[in-house]
Amino acid sequence: MIVPLSWLKEYVDIDITPQELETRLFDCGFEVETLTQLGADISGVVVGLVTECEPIPETHLHVCKVDCGAHGTFQICCGADNVQVGGKYPAALVGAQVYETERDHVTVTGTMKIKKGKLKGFESQGMLCSGVEIGLNDDLCAGADYCGLLVLPEDAPVGADIKEVTGLDDWMYDISITANRPDCMSVLGIAREVAAALGKPLKMPAVDYTQDASGLEGFKVTVEAPELCPRYQAHYVKNVRIGQSPQWMRRRLALVGIRSISNIVDITNYVLKEIGQPMHAFDLRQLEDRQIIVRRAKQDETIVTLDEKEFKLNPNNLVICDGKKPVALAGIMGGLNSEIKDDTADVVFESAKFMRDNVRKTGRALGQHSDSSQRFEKGVDEYATQLGLKRALHLIEELNCGTVTSAAFCEAVSADPTATRPLTVSIAKINALLGITIPEAEIKRILTNLDFAPQISGDSLSVQIPPYREDIENAPDIAEELIRMYGYDHITPTFLAAASVTNGGRNAVQSSTLKLKRTLAAQGLYEAIHYSFYSQKDLDLLRIPQDAPQRQAIRILNPISEELSIMRTMLAPSMLNAVIRNVRRGNDAGGLFEIAKTYHSAEAHPTTEPEEREALSIGLFDGGKLDFFEGKAVIEAIADAFRLEFTYAKPQDAAKYPFLHPGMSAVVSLGGQEIGWLGMLAHDLTDAEVPEHQVFLAELDLTVLRPYLNKPVAFAALPKFPVEQRDIALLVSKEVICADLEACMKRACKSLSKVQLFDVYEGKQIEQGKQSLAFSLWFRSDDHALTDNEVDQFVAKILKNLAKEFEASQR
Amino acid sequence: MEEQIKAMRAKIEAAAAAITDSKEMYQLRKQYLDNKAGQISALMKNMRDLAPEDRPAFGKIVNELKTWALDFFTAQDSRLKAAELAKKNAAEQIDVTMPAKPHKQGALHPNTLIANELIDIFAGMGFTIFEGPEIENDYYNFTALNTPKDHPARDMQDTFYVSPELLLRTQTSAGQIRVMEKNQPPIKILSPGKVFRSDDDATHSPMFSQMEGLVVDKGITLCDLQGMLDVFAQNVFGEQVKTRLRPSYFPFTEPSVEVDVSCFACGGKGCRLCKDTGWIEVLGAGMVNRKVLENCGVDPDVYTGFAFGMGIERIAMLKYGIPNIKMLFESDVRVLSQFNE
Repeated sequence: MIVPLSWLKEYVDIDITPQELETRLFDCGFEVETLTQLGADISGVVVGLVTECEPIPETHLHVCKVDCGAHGTFQICCGADNVQVGGKYPAALVGAQVYETERDHVTVTGTMKIKKGKLKGFESQGMLCSGVEIGLNDDLCAGADYCGLLVLPEDAPVGADIKEVTGLDDWMYDISITANRPDCMSVLGIAREVAAALGKPLKMPAVDYTQDASGLEGFKVTVEAPELCPRYQAHYVKNVRIGQSPQWMRRRLALVGIRSISNIVDITNYVLKEIGQPMHAFDLRQLEDRQIIVRRAKQDETIVTLDEKEFKLNPNNLVICDGKKPVALAGIMGGLNSEIKDDTADVVFESAKFMRDNVRKTGRALGQHSDSSQRFEKGVDEYATQLGLKRALHLIEELNCGTVTSAAFCEAVSADPTATRPLTVSIAKINALLGITIPEAEIKRILTNLDFAPQISGDSLSVQIPPYREDIENAPDIAEELIRMYGYDHITPTFLAAASVTNGGRNAVQSSTLKLKRTLAAQGLYEAIHYSFYSQKDLDLLRIPQDAPQRQAIRILNPISEELSIMRTMLAPSMLNAVIRNVRRGNDAGGLFEIAKTYHSAEAHPTTEPEEREALSIGLFDGGKLDFFEGKAVIEAIADAFRLEFTYAKPQDAAKYPFLHPGMSAVVSLGGQEIGWLGMLAHDLTDAEVPEHQVFLAELDLTVLRPYLNKPVAFAALPKFPVEQRDIALLVSKEVICADLEACMKRACKSLSKVQLFDVYEGKQIEQGKQSLAFSLWFRSDDHALTDNEVDQFVAKILKNLAKEFEASQR
Repeated sequence: MEEQIKAMRAKIEAAAAAITDSKEMYQLRKQYLDNKAGQISALMKNMRDLAPEDRPAFGKIVNELKTWALDFFTAQDSRLKAAELAKKNAAEQIDVTMPAKPHKQGALHPNTLIANELIDIFAGMGFTIFEGPEIENDYYNFTALNTPKDHPARDMQDTFYVSPELLLRTQTSAGQIRVMEKNQPPIKILSPGKVFRSDDDATHSPMFSQMEGLVVDKGITLCDLQGMLDVFAQNVFGEQVKTRLRPSYFPFTEPSVEVDVSCFACGGKGCRLCKDTGWIEVLGAGMVNRKVLENCGVDPDVYTGFAFGMGIERIAMLKYGIPNIKMLFESDVRVLSQFNE
């Protein structure tokens, strides 16, 4: 929120520098996002008195002698039509900075430095300026919009800095107001805080006015929806004379970014900025049946607002109506049908409290916002509602633009919006929460400055909470008021002085996740984190069938974009995208893994907590060589790290993995339970997305794997008897798979403690359609040393069984 | 006889001279010295044929021959093996300046590194770790945290909803409620996790990570909060770093504070990182709101507590000097490979 220092000074004597004030605001909870001088871009411009002024023949130019007081007297050429001897104008000296405009002298294009120049042979040591050139307009300074020189008042001291003369030396505070302090969403609100922080009295704006005896016969105000409008006040003002507002009001509105429109509209805007109360003015002529009804809109009722937009409404929207029709969208914008016009003579002023949530929802639903609705959305207090109306009526009188009547209407749930609320708290508890002891005198001083009327009796602190402080409810709130004014630098760090000793650390799940991550990093993979949402398009990339379970995803009701609209049911699409991104950026090879949740529900918009599963995704890519077994080695590293035995098989239904190479893909199981899949990316997908590269993808369901990841270490005694090793080479059909042969061998001999494939051969030396597989076999018995003869018999049995089951012959 | 011995010696020497391979030499050795079939051993057997009085003299010269042969072959073996080793080594000369055969180390994500660092710091102070669901109830994410439906603080966060009741959690604070509902004080938990807000521009990511801390016990004070945060800041950003509290607002804490750390880049003098203020905002914190304690069945007249929450990406970006939050989610291996801590 923008607060001009000059306006603030109307309510508080500020005797510190603008920068010191910034610090004080910051310390008590009001961060000043920017502090800028109004004329920050302007420098070196002074009041100049034209003492001589001769036209330059055959041009529109004049050559002037300009007296700039202590700065000297300069010859300046000037093209403006209103330059004359005896006139005082802004004179930009050589080296000054002013705004540069287009040829229209209106549109500012940037800033410029004034240099010595020559015009038609006449030297010019500076420039006389228009209002625009020094950043002024009519609202900020009378006459500043004139497309010629800005005429300064006759009493302007010659040579004085133009900023002081025109108010460009004002400071603008852009203050961020936290959501609990809507009462500070106004100049007066900030002034209250400044007064409290500086210990200065607050000078309240005048709210007195005299009422004409006339009333408004038969006029009625009804609030049918008090839950959305707890206070509605209206006041009739007659003999309204629409005109221009005085310069001081126009200037203040301009400083906070509001264009002056007319005195009546300006008064409502002024009260909004000064008191923080949005106001509205209706043209009495347009109110049919002499009444105002505050009610919920009927289904499909319509209204055209001041900006000529039409809206179709429903009962969630609050409207202000006359006897027949809506005349305003409550708290958001007036209706075009009751707008103040140049000939408006009778006005009904509205000051109300509309509930913030309803204003916000209606504003969002209709996409209609205003300064007023933005203010209501933060929360308006009824104290301001009443104060604002009084202030508006005072301004009517002060600006002499109407007659305040006795016709006042007030529909309110609570009787007295100025009533304070009593609260008694324990000083000891406040100190105990803060951990320090704030001296009693300080407590008294701070709360008095905040207008809390503190009374202290022993440990008991009684306060009267001001009506605009709706955020104060209990002792911690008082503690916060005290510490923010006392200063957080009084807090002295302690290290859990009174707390119990507790046992901390990761639990088993968290520890195993960390171990898993470290295992994968040790395999050369980098951990990735991808967004938890993607789109159906990402599933298209993997050609996931439309009826596949992965398509049944939870949808975000209000996604940022379609690309980020559904919750992930699998991680592989994000992983493939990451691989593609890397390859496109010229990263030729790498390995990635991600551990993240996937989300599962039968409904797109579940109402009960959906299942969140944990998954591990792996992606390897290489512009050179990369085969399936390098990827499988990563999966095996997991098994190894956690002392598990994974088994692999070709997928029974390859159609479930349409993105994988049908011959180079597998499902992986643990203890008979499927835990995931792995494989090389399908050729055509590779060619389309990452040509000339090899990609390996895998995804494991960690929720299934999880119970196995914390297997305790169980020590196994070393074998007592020696191990005997034999190698065999088998000639089998290419269809036969390694895992089946191994299983057969293990079945055939209980003493076979380990079997490992060490060579594969296919080629000229052997029959077509066959392969030669060479295995190392290790035999061991727990109760005796095996003899050669025994081992020979084991091998014979194994070979016999292999021959029977797989037509395997020894090579 | 002596002649015969002399001849054998000469024969051995001649045969050995022609041999350049240690294995062949071994064969030659065996030929003479093998216990069973060796020629020298055979000489010994001849002793039986001699007259008893000649035997000692004969035995002596054969033994001398044997001793000589053993030394001779040992020397020959050493010579040949040394030569062979030298030859092998010479053949295996490599260019040690050629590139290594790499086994690449991977790396954990910067977020994980920061989270681990924080977990280790706070675990030492007695914090356990709680991880709640990412798709959360409106109640846990907002209402129980003193942010009812019409509360303006809801505007502080743009929330993704999946249904009117469920949302993508906007803050890990949701975990506070779940922990306090199930456990009575003393409570010290750390709650890391992903959070989601409908914000996507140069400095915001719709998904990011937070780390929430909560302490509830008897006699916990604001001074304790700052004391603990000092330990955190000094561990993460360096010994000299100081913290500063300043007033702020969160619905679930009262009083609420923003916590700044003195700029670790310039030591507080003012630089680009701290935008010339000497301070860097790192987290929000405060004393747990009475209403939040009440909502969870913890008696606020007996217990007090504090909570703090920080953005993990923000800490990572500050600590490592990562310029853009988006880099953390793009998985560019040139970025990720730098975090091999």
